[in-house]
Amino acid sequence: MAYGPHTPADREQMLAALGMDSVDDLFADIPERLRSSPLRLDPPEPEQLLMNRLAGLAGRNRVDLASFLGAGAYRHFSPPLVDQILLRGEWYTAYTPYQPEVSQGTLQSIYEYESLIAELLGLDVVSASHYDGAAATAEGALMTCRATQRGRVLVSRGVHPHYRDVLRTYFHGAGLHIEEIPLVGEGPTAGTTDLAELERRLGDTEHPVAGVVVAQPNFFGLLEPMADASNLAHAAGAQLVAVVEPVSLAVLAPPGAYGADIAAGEGQALGIPPQYGGPYLGILACTDPLVRQIPGRLVGMTTDVDGKRAYVMTLQAREQHIRREKAASNICTNQTLLALAASLWLAALGPHGLRDVAALGAARAAELEAALASVGVARVHAGAYLNEFAVRVPDAASVHNELLGRGVLAGLVLADAVPDEPGLADALLVCTTEVTTGDDIATFARELGAVLAESGAAAKAGQPVGARA
Amino acid sequence: MSASGPRLQPTLFELSKTGRGGDKVPHPPRDALDRLPPEQRRVQPAALPEVNEPEAVRHFVNLSQLNHAVDTGFYPLGSCTMKWNPKVNEWAARQPGFAQLHPMAPDAVAQGTLQLLWELEQMLIEISGMRAVTLQPAAGAHGELTGILMVRAYHASRGDTGRTEVLVPDSAHGTNPATATMAGLRTVSIKAAADGGIDLDAFQAALGPQTAAIMITNPSTMGLFESRVGELLDAVHAAGALAYMDGANLNAILGRFKPGEAGFDVMHINTHKTFSTPHGGGGPGAGPVAVGEKLEPFLPAPRVVREDGGTFRLERVGERPTSIGRMRSFVGSTGVLVRAYAYLRTHGASGLAEITDDAVLAANYLKDRLADSGLYDIPFPGVCKHEFIASATSIKRKTGVRTLDIAKRLLDHGFHAPTVYFPLTVDEAMLIEPTETESVETLDAFADALIAIAREAEVDPEIVKTAPHTAPVRRLDEAGAARNPNLRWRAAVGDWTPCPD
Repeated sequence: MAYGPHTPADREQMLAALGMDSVDDLFADIPERLRSSPLRLDPPEPEQLLMNRLAGLAGRNRVDLASFLGAGAYRHFSPPLVDQILLRGEWYTAYTPYQPEVSQGTLQSIYEYESLIAELLGLDVVSASHYDGAAATAEGALMTCRATQRGRVLVSRGVHPHYRDVLRTYFHGAGLHIEEIPLVGEGPTAGTTDLAELERRLGDTEHPVAGVVVAQPNFFGLLEPMADASNLAHAAGAQLVAVVEPVSLAVLAPPGAYGADIAAGEGQALGIPPQYGGPYLGILACTDPLVRQIPGRLVGMTTDVDGKRAYVMTLQAREQHIRREKAASNICTNQTLLALAASLWLAALGPHGLRDVAALGAARAAELEAALASVGVARVHAGAYLNEFAVRVPDAASVHNELLGRGVLAGLVLADAVPDEPGLADALLVCTTEVTTGDDIATFARELGAVLAESGAAAKAGQPVGARA
Repeated sequence: MSASGPRLQPTLFELSKTGRGGDKVPHPPRDALDRLPPEQRRVQPAALPEVNEPEAVRHFVNLSQLNHAVDTGFYPLGSCTMKWNPKVNEWAARQPGFAQLHPMAPDAVAQGTLQLLWELEQMLIEISGMRAVTLQPAAGAHGELTGILMVRAYHASRGDTGRTEVLVPDSAHGTNPATATMAGLRTVSIKAAADGGIDLDAFQAALGPQTAAIMITNPSTMGLFESRVGELLDAVHAAGALAYMDGANLNAILGRFKPGEAGFDVMHINTHKTFSTPHGGGGPGAGPVAVGEKLEPFLPAPRVVREDGGTFRLERVGERPTSIGRMRSFVGSTGVLVRAYAYLRTHGASGLAEITDDAVLAANYLKDRLADSGLYDIPFPGVCKHEFIASATSIKRKTGVRTLDIAKRLLDHGFHAPTVYFPLTVDEAMLIEPTETESVETLDAFADALIAIAREAEVDPEIVKTAPHTAPVRRLDEAGAARNPNLRWRAAVGDWTPCPD
């Protein structure tokens, strides 16, 4: 076996100590009718060949494209110190700090994570982490139901479609009611949450609303009127769950500033590679009065018997291993190592570096907007955005596919991601960060201009766009 | 900081000094944010720490050295399977082709990862004896919720809406009853039989048209194979209910027992237990769920689809309306799954069978050594699987020393403690899981330490009751931590305890 320590003599010695002839004797307790067929898998692979195989598979993915894809997962510069620290076995091969005396490293790192994120969010209590932004959002929405003893939650259609899907799955399971608030169709606020509709739904006093879930920036990159949403929710006795992107909080008003009761979000942007979807970092936070409603582990500062400062998992009476069926959630394993990654990344960049990252992404986005406009491609919406926005492109799916062949990943085809959202049949969602280069932007604009020109010519000639791909 | 002694650290916030820290990214143009509406801007900057790279690195390296970890020593934490985390797996997950791939990248540029995920599904199907697998759930408990939501969807699809109960043995992990609640179902707790196994009569009495599912951990949290599980599965199916298997203890049965073949309808797999993906100080994990024919239509979306031409794609939005929907964003914790894939390829069929054989051999060897000492109670002295229960009930009666004290004293011997006071059904329980990657010398040293502590309790109980003595800190004021929670750094609040430097 690849990592096993036992020599044949060791095995014989252990079996002899047990008075057994064969290891099969240890499985005599499995009744005959339940014994399995043999495993039909490939033979073991030596490390050298395994590495060849894995390098081959990794090489089949294309990660060399000029990418403008965001939509909930963002590429950022990560200083080498982040991954070098993460590769220390003392971090990644430890488990949950059940024995705090020999787990102070992990415990203090979680406390520091809670503190850093609390600073960013302007909220009091941050859980030790959840699976991802979507699961954290669902848990945040469930918190509002427990806190208000109401069973109806309103979610803006500006929230990431995957998150809305997960909300539906969780709420259906729990027997609670979730309904979507549409976006404004046109005008200067097009693409943001329809506040008039929100107010109307909140006014249904026969079905009082527990919580309102709004994303900032929203899925289309637009800035939402969070303060207004917060006021409307609170006037109806409901709570506001703000779904936030943590890097943006270096420059955007934090949830605490506009009165959010709960904040949830995806922490991947804080130094965690995109890695095709995870492991990511679910951020979940709340105000002090909600501390006993928040699910997941919490670490607090305390002292040991000598009065030394120390850290420990606390308020565990909320959790499944104590409360069982009455627990706030079934969550056990979380994302501690990713929380550490976020802390490392924030420590490496510092407050000024973080602001630079956010501002540089915004600056690149303005450059991209101008470059795309120069080839006749304009934004879909008029409102303010930070570093992501939707553009109108005729035959978006074909153009996107055509650009892929030219080395450009032209963001997201919105018709694929949100097929039921009106007015987005011909639109791409594009994004920039500090790693987007001027060359990338120039290439995107040039190739997009060329594809559109060719397709214009092709359309005249009666050929479908992207027929080449 | 010296080379010896505990490396207690001030917080990052206390290390901060205005103006520290180097330029890691370029500066943006001054007017970069001018186009944002003023009312959307942040007014009060976040008070994040300003530290330079050497300070940050020393802080986190010194902190790391306060941890016990698999890389530093034996970690016999029952039900957690703290086995070796192979280094090649870390290399694999960091391959740029895997690490830098965007989760919404078109299928055409993600063929390597999609193939890996599809092959991993096939391997897990074979190991579980099931029909299909979802890789989406992010952890074991997340997998449980996925499975039970599928069970609900199955009953609902048949118009069978009266099934509101889940039967769970009282020895189960707390996640099982908590999962039932999250899925809108009621937990009925079933007591174990005297031999620690399933009480078939009690289950049969509780089964009925109101039963949605049973949740069984096999081997159980006592480390015992549920020998009556075949009869139980017959009874469950006769009652029209489904059977969920908590796969937390899969390490004990690879190649010996396939839950799907035996008749279970659904199970989760903890890759961070059985398939060596690192526990990361509490996570990440991954909790793939394997299902039989009845539940396949309800699997979360999107699934990985293999096309006739041998290419791979993800299901499109809305492609399979019977799905319970999404359990999380994107595809799943792919970075974890790459590691699990590497591990499965490394071992192959024969290696996996050997893992189970060696894990079970090690647990039985250790159990018998403790039983032979006559000092610890072994409530279930027969053959165990990958873990077993020892109890300090007799030691406590004689000396007043409890399981908690023994656990803390083990830390002074350089070992992590076993899982303690779980399962809840055994007094002064220690759940000990050595795993297949510990040598016989380590097992002997651990047994010797436990024996030495039991003897020490007879002559000097105080030293055990006040342990640990050599850890970076001594026992903590946990009651105080809960009474006055300090959950985040605030300069003024942090001053209440002295900074370690």
